[in-house]
Amino acid sequence: MAAYPRKTEATGLLGWFDERFPIVETWKAHMSEYYAPKNFNAWYYFGVLAMLVLVIQIVSGIFLTMHYKPDANLAFASVEYIMRDVPGGWFIRYMHSTGASAFFIVVYLHMFRGLMYGSYKGKRELVWLIGMVIYLALMAEAFMGYLLPWGQMSFWGAQVIINLFNTIPVIGDSLSLWIRGDFVISDPTLNRLFAFHVAAVPMILVALVFVHIVALHTVGSNNPDGIEIKKLKNEKGIPLDGVPFHPYYTVHDIPAIAVFFMAFFAILFFLPEMGGYFLEHANFEPANPLKTPEHIAPVWYFTPFYTILRSVTLSPFMGTLAMFGAIIMLFLLPWLDRNPIKSWRYRNTAHMLNVAIFAAVFIILGYLGVKPVTSELKELGVRMTEIYFLFFVVIYAHSNSHKPGRYLVWFLALAGAIFLIDWYRYNPEDIETAKQIKWQWIWPIGYLAVTLLLPFLVRPCNAEKAVPERVTS
Amino acid sequence: MSDSDSNKVDKKRRRMLIGATAVVGAAGTAAFAAPLLISWMPSERALAAGAPVEVNISKIEPGQLVRVIWRGKPVWFVKRTEEMLKDLASNVPLLRDPDSAVDTQQPPYAKNEVRSRKPEILVLIGICTHLGCSPTYRPEKAPADLGADWKGGWYCPCHGSRFDLAGRVFKNVPAPTNLVVPPYYYKSDDLVLVGEDGGAA
Repeated sequence: MAAYPRKTEATGLLGWFDERFPIVETWKAHMSEYYAPKNFNAWYYFGVLAMLVLVIQIVSGIFLTMHYKPDANLAFASVEYIMRDVPGGWFIRYMHSTGASAFFIVVYLHMFRGLMYGSYKGKRELVWLIGMVIYLALMAEAFMGYLLPWGQMSFWGAQVIINLFNTIPVIGDSLSLWIRGDFVISDPTLNRLFAFHVAAVPMILVALVFVHIVALHTVGSNNPDGIEIKKLKNEKGIPLDGVPFHPYYTVHDIPAIAVFFMAFFAILFFLPEMGGYFLEHANFEPANPLKTPEHIAPVWYFTPFYTILRSVTLSPFMGTLAMFGAIIMLFLLPWLDRNPIKSWRYRNTAHMLNVAIFAAVFIILGYLGVKPVTSELKELGVRMTEIYFLFFVVIYAHSNSHKPGRYLVWFLALAGAIFLIDWYRYNPEDIETAKQIKWQWIWPIGYLAVTLLLPFLVRPCNAEKAVPERVTS
Repeated sequence: MSDSDSNKVDKKRRRMLIGATAVVGAAGTAAFAAPLLISWMPSERALAAGAPVEVNISKIEPGQLVRVIWRGKPVWFVKRTEEMLKDLASNVPLLRDPDSAVDTQQPPYAKNEVRSRKPEILVLIGICTHLGCSPTYRPEKAPADLGADWKGGWYCPCHGSRFDLAGRVFKNVPAPTNLVVPPYYYKSDDLVLVGEDGGAA
């Protein structure tokens, strides 16, 4: 700790503050003397964009709260009032609703960046874990916010999500009753989720973002080459491949923010409902506890997990477990991917394919979640769910590329597990499903062939490249 | 400074004091949290809204579904046609619980092939046993989206669960059990009271 009285190089007003608060020190540690790798590419914009969207959400949210009524009898009308009668109210609301989707777009891209470049490795596990908790808090925040307009989708979406707790054995019924505060979703539910949405969760989110950055700045940023820039320093102790965050990256980020705003406001002004994906059509009808809309789907950012939920039909509790398990698996990533090479640039081809297929499967799961269930799409959902979970086993299998014989063992074991599940699911009396099971097994088996058989049989696809000492370009 | 006895740290005593403070602190936190958590339980007002509902069934057309609210939940009344009742048997191999073996899903007087007191009138709570959506009534036969085997029933738009015209759940869908039959009895030929068994059935 600094001795009293604090010594400071700053003079004048800044000096007055710096004697009483570590303002210069903090600025240096996180901005002007925080050395970030000089080879950041476009994928590195999404962190700062996520912070920008957080600010947009907080500011627009505060102003919406000034006009909104958290009461089951008044909520729907108060949202219409904001849209029609409050001067500029439509702009504030569309900013908030577009911001919600924008938040998930930038966060998903931010997470995929971490996946590509192994940004959860090298003492960055905590950065990843805090980030995952932010993602969870964000999902909770989005879900609770979606109840507030009290439309049909708000009501039935909340009904399904809160009933997820119902599926827990023994305590489920009392737990969901306790969460709702009534036997059905009603005024008390709306009121309490409002409190969480506008006060509790935003506070937690801001605190989490703060510690996410503190943890990141303690270990230092990763980069597209996955090289630790702190290993090579000049005589002043400055990383050779580092540049001060300010002014280099602060200025570097401004054009990205401008581009983001172009897209953001284009959507806000011309496509605020995004064809029913950002704001669903059924939500323009007030909540009706007697009638579920013909076709209900959650907002797009939840649909991958929603598909997993409805694909696991073993029991409702297993479906709920699978859905939450899908998120928990992401938490475990730093301990599953044990390969010392961080960036996929230097990993083998099989790993690149694995990550790329995972991203594609996530998108397909999301697409299935907005579609009605047919026997064909339902089976596709089951198969994509299988691949989703297989990914985490395969990434573990890829931890060591020096013993390709193990890939064959993994392939046989995992393919065997898939067929065992098929054997259990197969019921010749259920003709439609049986027909689908009989051909759609090619998806998971094909996935396993590409990620495990391929590097076993074709050795160049198992070749890892040498990681350079210094960052490239 | 000399190292006199009075300056020595008594670690045992310190541990004991830290432990005791932590216990008192935890008890205080629990005492503070309890009323907050209890405040989430249904209020007296919510508990009071649960009286039985009387329904006149004389105007229900054959094949028609009528919804009423009981305890904030939709309750369906369906007047099944002869053909609908005849078709029920053909679903049996595709059902998870064709004999209504799960006792919590219906009162004893509805534990039969048609799951009702009188065969033509079916009374059900219109809430999917999966995650609580209200399934859509699809009485038509073999519509394009539900397949050639469909003999009429309910399709849940949320997660694709299917039920036949006795509220019995099909296999390979997310819902685990048949739709719930609420307690009800006939006050007269035309009047049904939902919410009470009417004494000995």
